[in-house]
Amino acid sequence: MAAPLTLLLLVAVTVRAALYRSSLADLISERVEVVSPLTAWKRVVEGLALLDLGVSPYSGDVFHETPLIIYLFHFLVDYAEITFMLADVITAVALYLSVKDYNKQVFRKQKYALEADRYPLDCLELIRSPKEMQYIPLKVAMFYLLNPFTILSCVAKSTCGLNNAVIALFVLSTIKGNVLLSAIFLSLATYQSIYPLTLCAAALLYLLQRQYIPVNLRRFSFWWFVAQYAFMYLGSLFVIVGLSFFLLGSWDFLPSVYGFILSVPDLTPNIGLFWYFFAEMFEHFRLFFLCVFQINVFFYTVPLSIKLKEHPVFLIFMQLAVISIFKSYPTVGDIAASFIKHHKASSASSLNIFLVSCVLLACSALFPVLWHLWIYAGSANSNFYYAITLLFNVAQILLVSDYFYAFLRREHHLSHGLYLKRKDGSEATLVLK
Amino acid sequence: MGLLSDPNRRRALISLLTRLNAPICVVCYMAGVAWFMGLAFEPFTLRTYMSENAMGSTMVEERFPAGERALGTGREFSAHKKKAGGMPVDWLVKTMQSRGLEVFTQRFSRRLPFPDEDKERYMVKGTNVYGILRAPRAPRTEALVLSAPCSPGDDNNQAVGVLLGLAQYFRNQVFWAKDIIFLVNEHDLIGMQAWLEGYHHTNTTGMDWSPLQGRGGSIQAALSLELSSDVVTSLDLVLEGLNGQLPNLDLANLFYAFCQKIGVLCTTQGKLQRNDWDSVSGYSHAVQTMMLMVMKQASGRPWGDHGLFLRYHIEAATIKGINSFRQYKTDATTIGRLLEGMYRKLNNLLERLHQSYFFYLMPSLSHFVSIGYYMPAFGLLALILLLRALDLWIQLATPPPGVLSVLTPLVISHLTGVALYTLPIHFQEIAVEHFPVSETEAVVLTAIAVYTAGLALPHNTHRLLTGRGTENGWKVLKLVAVLYLAVLLGCTALINFSLGFILALTLVPVAAFVTPDLCSATPACTLLFSVFLFQELQEMPVSFLDGWMLYLSVISQGILDHALYGSLVYPLVALLVYPCWLLFWNILFWK
Repeated sequence: MAAPLTLLLLVAVTVRAALYRSSLADLISERVEVVSPLTAWKRVVEGLALLDLGVSPYSGDVFHETPLIIYLFHFLVDYAEITFMLADVITAVALYLSVKDYNKQVFRKQKYALEADRYPLDCLELIRSPKEMQYIPLKVAMFYLLNPFTILSCVAKSTCGLNNAVIALFVLSTIKGNVLLSAIFLSLATYQSIYPLTLCAAALLYLLQRQYIPVNLRRFSFWWFVAQYAFMYLGSLFVIVGLSFFLLGSWDFLPSVYGFILSVPDLTPNIGLFWYFFAEMFEHFRLFFLCVFQINVFFYTVPLSIKLKEHPVFLIFMQLAVISIFKSYPTVGDIAASFIKHHKASSASSLNIFLVSCVLLACSALFPVLWHLWIYAGSANSNFYYAITLLFNVAQILLVSDYFYAFLRREHHLSHGLYLKRKDGSEATLVLK
Repeated sequence: MGLLSDPNRRRALISLLTRLNAPICVVCYMAGVAWFMGLAFEPFTLRTYMSENAMGSTMVEERFPAGERALGTGREFSAHKKKAGGMPVDWLVKTMQSRGLEVFTQRFSRRLPFPDEDKERYMVKGTNVYGILRAPRAPRTEALVLSAPCSPGDDNNQAVGVLLGLAQYFRNQVFWAKDIIFLVNEHDLIGMQAWLEGYHHTNTTGMDWSPLQGRGGSIQAALSLELSSDVVTSLDLVLEGLNGQLPNLDLANLFYAFCQKIGVLCTTQGKLQRNDWDSVSGYSHAVQTMMLMVMKQASGRPWGDHGLFLRYHIEAATIKGINSFRQYKTDATTIGRLLEGMYRKLNNLLERLHQSYFFYLMPSLSHFVSIGYYMPAFGLLALILLLRALDLWIQLATPPPGVLSVLTPLVISHLTGVALYTLPIHFQEIAVEHFPVSETEAVVLTAIAVYTAGLALPHNTHRLLTGRGTENGWKVLKLVAVLYLAVLLGCTALINFSLGFILALTLVPVAAFVTPDLCSATPACTLLFSVFLFQELQEMPVSFLDGWMLYLSVISQGILDHALYGSLVYPLVALLVYPCWLLFWNILFWK
């Protein structure tokens, strides 16, 4: 499988390089859908300039990325394009390897379950065969690399690409079972934007499963493993924060980065939900609504973990999708990362997914149109743009819930048979309540 | 999502959609057309009203006295224009200075990509002259513009005369809070584009102009005056601007309110409003007015010198004086009073006009239809495409056999579109060398040639297509093409509703019902039909040959508009609509 992957990487790199050299690169790096105040390349360049002058890059409200990024680009600013292309390549390769490894585990589990006769006889068509899953890793990598959102994000040199690379490496190390690396990459991802904190639960569940430690709150082995992971995670987080402090010489990156993400002072329109609300809000209620909005991201961790504790990898992808919808400054790069789903959708819900994908496609086309009408022609106003933002986010939420429903349905069929019968023998249908 | 996740209801819905798909599509199309036609019916429209409070309640008596003197100035202007053989720059500068304005000039030049046969120009050089009346009382942060074009021959002399007369009168008033810029532009739209670019320090069209020496503040509103006779019987308001952009409805409301107050007949699209809306002829009159507005908006060209202001977020309109055979005539003094009243109201503005609608259709000057009422007509047409897409998706059942098989027709169609966009202008020299045609004809004929060549492609590209001969191959292509058309028409309708609606009206039936073997129409036919319809509506029907010449000139004007002012109709049609339609043409010839 190395040859198709290499071909795919070559094609992706060529497309990105061609776009870098064209006049579209400047246009794309200004679009608010692609860059946010957190991830814009213009701000990184500003921060670098301030650093060269000996002033803290966080003075003035310009730069909001982490110190490690600025020191990374201190050395790599001339090779910035190559860095971002490399980040995309690393993400794709990491996803490829992790999906391949995960498939192997899925087959092993399936084999044991078949031998133990745990599947009802009529759902054999739902069992995945190696042949049909052979191209899934390549498809996942292709879907990420050739996704227009990813390409736009890379050409705009948005640091979201680096964030995605770290998260992909975290996924890879978790699936391979390497506890230390998983903790380190997760702490790097959390260090850059706070929201990957929610992936802790998913990682823990997976690693516990892999080490055959049952998730029982009364057992010592469970708490011992949790303590180990927490120690590694928090330890590496403190090390990285401390390193930033020593490199920068002051603590003022904490309010500029984390304070900025959590308190949302910048209300430039983007594809998220925060800006319009907070532009309309009275000062008196701002803190309350801020808490409500931010809790929304973290809140889904607990119910999702309880429901999906047998399927932690799916939980990781669910969490990524939730983060990309509800975070304070989303961009299309985050959306691209959240679209990675390697399950084949069952035919029952493919109509839903088709409708929702059409809506997402239409919204992506309408974003620049309504922006133009609002800002340049002056004929529309912010309500038009926010309507499309709302529709886009609703479509994403529906997509996530459709995938979740399809997944649950498949699991239910696997344990209870494809053709469901009520107790008296008549046919039953599965309804989502 | 109870409806879509409950399997029983879902199955019922899906079977309904697949069984009744064609009838539902036909019903939607009829409903869309009927809705659109019903928009002109008066009970379905709203009366216009002033939304901006700042322009509401002044009780002013307009006192402009010097109409005859203005006409005399106009005659002087005409004489000097004949003597100078163009714009009489020195005389204008002297006259404006004597009226107490700060006068500046701007020179500009532009070489058109190919000669413009309608206006007979190729290498355009000219001068704009403008005088600024500084506001006596307020800080000079805002400005208003009154412009009159300097046209060749005997046109618009009276307009310049009235402009200069008003300038003298306004100079003696003390209540102006905004600077007033009196602009006389040469070569109508080209000169206006040069002036606006110079004023706003942008250069989007590659024109050469000298920088403006004097400037006012940010322009709040602009009026352009076209007056070619000493007396008029009615005043016509022209609203359509570049790319179908319209000024804020409050400007039209202002004009209408003043016409009512002063007692001047006012028209829109040259058609006087009728009172008998419940009779068939009254209704068809309103429909004609609305259709004229739709056709003018869809063409994407500015229909008066005001059209270029809109792009800079400046509300502007053109007032044309019409002299037809009516008993009651209005003289220049009344026109001057009307303009004085309008400018005094505009003077009161605290912020840019934004309260009223930006998207509307006007079946008459006192009634309008807003976007909330006319968009459902388009929505019904777009719904047809969506229903078709759903039907195809259900038929295809399994995930599409290969999106890659669709890639070849997509790429070839878009390359043809790029060829249609770039080749006509680039190849005009080669065409002129080899064929006995003028440059304009060469450009138009090249465009038609590329268009027709694109039609011949499916016969030849079959060998390159994978998945040919399969039943599902064309269905996948049709699914992609239908979704592409739906998104494209949606975006177009938001920017320029009329263009989106006319394209939808003609392309949606084709798109929905095309299968291998069914015949179809082309966008070129749409354009031809629209040209004939436009002439009919203006009550100047043409013979077929004249119509064909008009059609060719429309194509050349479209290409010129894009090169000169940045109109989007030509690139949209060449780069997006034409490739999309070629995909359907491919399906037609699928073997």
